[in-house]
Amino acid sequence: MTMHAQIQPAPQFGETPFTRKKRRNEMIAQGIFAVMVACIVIPLFLIVGYLIKEGVSLISWEFLTTNPTGGMRKGGIWSALLGTFWLVGTSLCISAPIGVLAAVYLNEYAKDNWFNRVVNLAVVNLAGVPSIVHALFGLGAFVLFAGMGRSIIAASLTLAIMTMPVIIASTKEALAAVPRQFREACWNVGATKWQTIWRIVLPNSVSGILTGVILQVSRTAGETAPIMFTGAVFYRKIEEGNLFAYGLGDQCMALSMHLFTVTTQVTNAPHALPFAIATVLLAFVLLVNLTAILFRSWLRNRKKW
Amino acid sequence: MKHILTTALLAASLVLSGCGKKNADGSSKKDDSISLQNIGSDTMVNLAQAWAEAYHNVDPKVSVEVSGGGSGIGVAALINGTCDIANSSRKLEKEEEEKATAKYGGKHPTEHHIGYDALAIYVHPSNPITEISIEQLAEIYKEGGKFSKWSDLGVTMPSGQDEIVRASRQNNSGTYHYFREAVVGKKNDFKQGSRDMNGSKEVVDLVGTTPSAIGFSGIGYHTSKVKVVKVSKKTGEPGVEPTIKTTLDKTYPIARPMFMYVPPSAKPEAEKYIAWIVSEPGQKIVIKEGYVPLEAFAPKDK
Amino acid sequence: MTSSRSALSIYGEKAIEWLIRICGVSAIIFVFAIFFFVFREGAPFLTDEKFSLWKFLTSTEWYPTSMSNIRYGTFALIAGTLSVTGVAMLIAVPFGLGAAIFVSEFCTGKLREFLKVIIELLAAIPSIVWGFIGLTVMNPVIQTVFNVQVGLNVLNAAILLALMSIPVMVSIGEDALKAVPDSYREAAIALGATRWQLIWRALLPAAKNGLLAAVLLGVGRAVGETMAVLMATGHAVNVPHSIFDSVRTLTATIAAELGEASEGSPHYRVLFLIGILLFTITFIVNLVADFVVKGIKNK
Repeated sequence: MTMHAQIQPAPQFGETPFTRKKRRNEMIAQGIFAVMVACIVIPLFLIVGYLIKEGVSLISWEFLTTNPTGGMRKGGIWSALLGTFWLVGTSLCISAPIGVLAAVYLNEYAKDNWFNRVVNLAVVNLAGVPSIVHALFGLGAFVLFAGMGRSIIAASLTLAIMTMPVIIASTKEALAAVPRQFREACWNVGATKWQTIWRIVLPNSVSGILTGVILQVSRTAGETAPIMFTGAVFYRKIEEGNLFAYGLGDQCMALSMHLFTVTTQVTNAPHALPFAIATVLLAFVLLVNLTAILFRSWLRNRKKW
Repeated sequence: MKHILTTALLAASLVLSGCGKKNADGSSKKDDSISLQNIGSDTMVNLAQAWAEAYHNVDPKVSVEVSGGGSGIGVAALINGTCDIANSSRKLEKEEEEKATAKYGGKHPTEHHIGYDALAIYVHPSNPITEISIEQLAEIYKEGGKFSKWSDLGVTMPSGQDEIVRASRQNNSGTYHYFREAVVGKKNDFKQGSRDMNGSKEVVDLVGTTPSAIGFSGIGYHTSKVKVVKVSKKTGEPGVEPTIKTTLDKTYPIARPMFMYVPPSAKPEAEKYIAWIVSEPGQKIVIKEGYVPLEAFAPKDK
Repeated sequence: MTSSRSALSIYGEKAIEWLIRICGVSAIIFVFAIFFFVFREGAPFLTDEKFSLWKFLTSTEWYPTSMSNIRYGTFALIAGTLSVTGVAMLIAVPFGLGAAIFVSEFCTGKLREFLKVIIELLAAIPSIVWGFIGLTVMNPVIQTVFNVQVGLNVLNAAILLALMSIPVMVSIGEDALKAVPDSYREAAIALGATRWQLIWRALLPAAKNGLLAAVLLGVGRAVGETMAVLMATGHAVNVPHSIFDSVRTLTATIAAELGEASEGSPHYRVLFLIGILLFTITFIVNLVADFVVKGIKNK
């Protein structure tokens, strides 16, 4: 990748009108592309900056740890925040083991045949199914067919299936990065396939797997559509400070849903309130993502092989 | 080589424990608190939320879970037996009543009238219009209606934007149904192309940011960014402002009662909760939230 | 070797391998389950005498709750989805591919890492937050800049969708450009090509398939997006004539109406049919994208 970067255009000496024009064109091309990137990058900063500016006045420890009061106009976001944690945690418990094992299958066991191409295709398509269709599925399968009702478990299952491709993709990548020689060495000393995977392959790719898990967390936390019909409620008061104030069979509030209801339903709320909720949600998601990114680059630098 | 077994167990238990453990926590916590499922009308959801919150101080043991979705959802939950209280901004239809009664083995769900909601017509404050009639509203909103410009109503817009931007609600909300019944006509349909907002507040927000818009929403959603227009039954008659008084004496033409339905299977706390709602403290909250209370609790001076 | 192991450990290993196999094929199971359950809720209505597939797809009249004349035409909703997606792509394709080219061909070291991180963070912003931005920030901006009555319209949603699908395009597009061998670049530069000519004449043709896949995945993302378009399009059933018209998309219709459609009612089933329609559209788009990508890898 560094190869072409080192190839520079003609040096300064012997510059003719032709090369000058060429150099100018080059500058223009670079300029155009730089502007395009700027058009993408600047909105991110503007948006984040604006949301924080408008919402920060409300955010405090108390805001995070008290229930909404006064018809959701006052108080904090505790029950929504905890609800999001529960949804994220529960769906993680479901999607992480299945996703990692699925990736193990695809990378270590699957032979290159039509069946496994279909499996891979299914993973890609699962990632591409619109979130609202996942919501329909969750409603049809978990809430109604399985009789779970609208509950944290039904919403989490929906979210888990929706975000599983994230874990599968990054685990697969991490497993593929473990050199084949590692496995061969292990097989040569008499280890079985699973032993090799458990003792050699997984420990050497644990970081990549964790990155996938972290990304799944951030994706789950921001989703709204899949939980709207499967387990999120408009309002629910829970015990403040108790992390186990929800149960799996309960319905819960969620940050993303709370932002939606406050913007569409709650009238005469302080101007800063939806911005504060958006800021908290965004901060959570971006921080989690940033952790994953930093973690990944740290690991890349550390890699010994 | 025992490792294989231990790891197998470990992996399996990891999968299971994640869910299992929380299950135990979830069920143990329920011993001392009773939760009531309160589902239904979006019009009433803010009010229901305010009650739920206040009731927590009256009886800390009872926690009321409020979800919106609309009257239809509330009624569906009533019929399916998945709620303790169903909120509805319309009366149960006969068919629904029969279904619910069949579900509960011949026992009827109890109906509680808990107050009124007046539908206000909102416009942008810069709009010079002060009065509008039901007939005019129908021409604006109904399919095949003649009015699509403010000048059709004889109004000159200061902004020069003459086209009427219609804000409405999604087609299965109770507010939409009521507006159709009371204004557009039961057998008519809405003119397509209106902005169908997802919540009463969104309607008010849209009107507040759009000089040429008109919208309808519960009077409880009034903000300083919009203007409420007086409504008359027929063009030419004097318009009536939506207030508690005009709603209760039925001079304001577009107001409707709000109901709460309790299925026979509900926990006894549900009836107690509603008894509190139709008492003085509960009805005070109705007024505070901008709705219209039952006749007995209306402020006397107005 | 095997003889030294206990029977238990052998069975243990077998059990684990089976578990892995089951998880491995779970993706297929889920995709089928999604189709099955969505179809299961929607299908009974397909055979209803009140339902006509032709009208469902071609009528612009969407009156699922009418008291006198129920009509289930989704054409206006399809037009809404296509218009928003189309305009979003008009914005996103040049910017997304331009950014991919910039990151892959003009950037090195720190700047490159920085941009990749930023674009990844852009991808992480939840759609509800985009919708909120569309409603509160973009709406007044569009109203004042373009002097239109309502800022909640095709353009508003398209800009949001463009920003949402650009990250996908950048990352896939960059991979595609990376896959072009360096010898192409060296040859072009040796021939005296400017970097512009190099990109236009050598890299883009060579990476054509990968870039197409990037665009397709962007399209898939845009078609399936729900919350942002629910809040930013203005949510009006309308076949748009300009980018300043309000529209309504297929996804937003489900999100807005499913909540109040009582289970098992025709309206409820029609919403599931729209779900099937969406599932089919995105399935085809993703399938094509996948084949295009596989096409490069096999080359």
